[in-house]
Amino acid sequence: MATDKYYVPESSPWPLTASIGLFLTAIGGAKFIQQSTMDTMEPNFFGKPLFFIGLAWLLLVIAAWWRDTIKESVGGLHSNQLGGSYRQGMLWFIFSEVMFFAAFFGAMFYTRWLIIPWLSGEGSNAMTHEVLWPGFQAMWPLTVTPDGTTTTPMGAWGLPAINTAILLVSSITLTIAHHALLENQRGKLIIFQAITVVLGVIFLGLQGLEYVHAYDMGLTLDAGIYGSLFFLLTGFHGAHVTIGTIFLFITLIRVIKGHFSPDNCFAWEAGAWYWHFVDVVWLFLFVTVYWL
Amino acid sequence: MSTAAATHDDHHDHHHAPTGLKRWLFSTNHKDIGTLYLWFSFAMFLAGGFMAMVIRAELLEPGMQFVDPEFFNQMTTVHGLIMVFGAVMPATVGLANWMIPLMIGAPDMALPRMNNWSFWILPFAFTILIGSVLMSAFGDGNPSAPNFGWTFYAPLSTKYGPDSTDLFILSVHMMGISSIMGAINVVVTVFNMRAPGMTLMKMPLFVWTWLITAFLLIAVIPVLAGAVTMMLTDRHFGTSFFDAAGGGDPVLFQHVFWFFGHPEVYIMILPSFGIVSAIIPAFARKPLFGYASMVYATASIALLSFVVWAHHMFTVGMPLAGTLFFMYMTMLISVPTGVKVFNWVATMWRGSMSFELPMKWAIAFVVLFTCGGLSGLMLAITPVDFQYHDTYFVVAHFHYVLVTGAIFSIFAAAYYWLPKWSGVMPNKTLGELHFWNSLISANLLFFPMHFVGLAGMPRRYADYALQFADYNFWISIGGFWFGLSQLLFLAVAVLCAMKKGEKAAAKPWDGAEGLEWEVPSPAPFHTYDTPPVVK
Repeated sequence: MATDKYYVPESSPWPLTASIGLFLTAIGGAKFIQQSTMDTMEPNFFGKPLFFIGLAWLLLVIAAWWRDTIKESVGGLHSNQLGGSYRQGMLWFIFSEVMFFAAFFGAMFYTRWLIIPWLSGEGSNAMTHEVLWPGFQAMWPLTVTPDGTTTTPMGAWGLPAINTAILLVSSITLTIAHHALLENQRGKLIIFQAITVVLGVIFLGLQGLEYVHAYDMGLTLDAGIYGSLFFLLTGFHGAHVTIGTIFLFITLIRVIKGHFSPDNCFAWEAGAWYWHFVDVVWLFLFVTVYWL
Repeated sequence: MSTAAATHDDHHDHHHAPTGLKRWLFSTNHKDIGTLYLWFSFAMFLAGGFMAMVIRAELLEPGMQFVDPEFFNQMTTVHGLIMVFGAVMPATVGLANWMIPLMIGAPDMALPRMNNWSFWILPFAFTILIGSVLMSAFGDGNPSAPNFGWTFYAPLSTKYGPDSTDLFILSVHMMGISSIMGAINVVVTVFNMRAPGMTLMKMPLFVWTWLITAFLLIAVIPVLAGAVTMMLTDRHFGTSFFDAAGGGDPVLFQHVFWFFGHPEVYIMILPSFGIVSAIIPAFARKPLFGYASMVYATASIALLSFVVWAHHMFTVGMPLAGTLFFMYMTMLISVPTGVKVFNWVATMWRGSMSFELPMKWAIAFVVLFTCGGLSGLMLAITPVDFQYHDTYFVVAHFHYVLVTGAIFSIFAAAYYWLPKWSGVMPNKTLGELHFWNSLISANLLFFPMHFVGLAGMPRRYADYALQFADYNFWISIGGFWFGLSQLLFLAVAVLCAMKKGEKAAAKPWDGAEGLEWEVPSPAPFHTYDTPPVVK
């Protein structure tokens, strides 16, 4: 790297403009959601457009921001110490993502281990059961809710097992690509990273297919707590796979443009870490949501 | 600590601060961003304080006088949210921005642009929240602002929440993004930007406490994001997280919320511990007693904060084993906290003490925070909590730790470091008036709340039984007095910002220690471009 001085940018319009984008997205998002789900809402005309304008604005600003950062990196302004800041920052960001998923996993275990037994009268809850829903029986997956909504559980050994295999293989191909990057073997790097991106897209396609299948067999978002947990856990995971795939796609383009070298490849490694993170989350999902 | 390398005389061409609006809007400078945070938090303190005045006006006498109960609920809710997320947290982030790079000899925060983004999200997030209140106030309560209490328990916030709840949810997401980015910045700055020789166990305690605070933020703010996300899907997409009819549980909300919420209260108080640990040694003219034990105590408090959350929920009907576990864990926290209080007192023991403004606030902090800690210990005892739960005793407890605790220490920090920030000493007369008025009025305001609480006055009600009338009258008088006293600080801060006052030396407090006193006052726009060497 070309410099030892810690790079402090002079000033940047992006943080403020990104905040405005976030502001529009939030207001538009709230109004858009209300408009599309509540019968009682008076019609308003700004929610939906505001949401999409805000989102597009936010994405454009982030793209511009990262363009600046990439220029600085390619221009040799980044010192090893700044690289350290980026690396540590990314790891702590991933930790925050882990805690986001932990909230939903925690909700799932609390539901399975405590709420459902309690609703069926376990512990000191005999009267709860007797008075509220005397016919309710504890089970997991919860196919009959206390108010009688029924649903069908998603089995583990069809599409989900295939998807597990896809993600595991994608982690291996990405690691091969990482070694190729560190050994300056561009051809191998590009091929294996491209395979990883394709595997990510296939995973998302199959996940979409699984959702269609789920809705066909009556496993829906509003079919009680099992459906709620199933769709929010796998949905947020899918959203993260989408982000990870885009991340890897962009670093693939940057590999082709020759932005990375074995000692200057933070963005590439950040994408790889993120990918391994979504992979690990999936393994937990597969075991606890689909299998057990 | 001393610096071997002269740091502020090697001028670079970019040493001049940018001017005009751009300086503030597009800033990447930790000092300017710190200043923005501090002014923003003070503005929010006044806004949230105004809502507290509305609450106390209504409670001045029994019966309904000024606002209807529906609007009263919106006031208690948004008062709490603004004070927690808009006043205390941004104030400590502002202090972190200003002081951590100076204290560890770093040229700036590690990620300067993200730092500015962390700040600029906040005014927009609070525009959304306060916007709902203004619409409600001027629309005669329609549409209603959030009205379910700052803890937004389901189903009040899900099935029964007003339409503005969705805007509230997204503004909480925005505040969360801001906090997580700010916290990542602090952790990375501390781990990666320390000057040569500034080993971890040489760091000022303010840096240590903020490092641990930032870790807590990164760990629990995403859980809050999860909680509000479940709220949003319960409200609009038919999920059953907090609905027992679908197999969920409203109590699940409380578990998820307080898993965030309890570490959150330490997020608000740990930086205060750091501030007081800087100020007391400076004015007792003795090194801090038990530095290492302070670090370990802070870390223990932070770790314990993850396993005490359900002490907020003793009355929801948990199994006995659960309540006992959370009771003992909570009481365990008094051990490291006691270590801290002991160390502060031991630092003062036989010190050559002087009582400048920062020291006055710091001593008030130690005494009154301990009061709040002791009432916390009472609340931790499960069977007793069945009586205290949701009474004014709880209100008294958390206002002692947050107002006379966190906010007093933030004032201590402001009086201590204002000379460094502005280059002039804070006005002594106004400062003395501010301190004594705040001290007396805060106790008049919060102390009688213990009594009405023990006597059974419930919190969050717009009216009360006649026997509470006398106490509530004096509580309200204390409230208005405390509120008005804070305008004195506004005058102090404005005078400093206008550079009106006695010029401050580089080290205006003779007992002060640390790298921040080795740069001139006011601190130049860029400091420690070349890192100092710490011995």
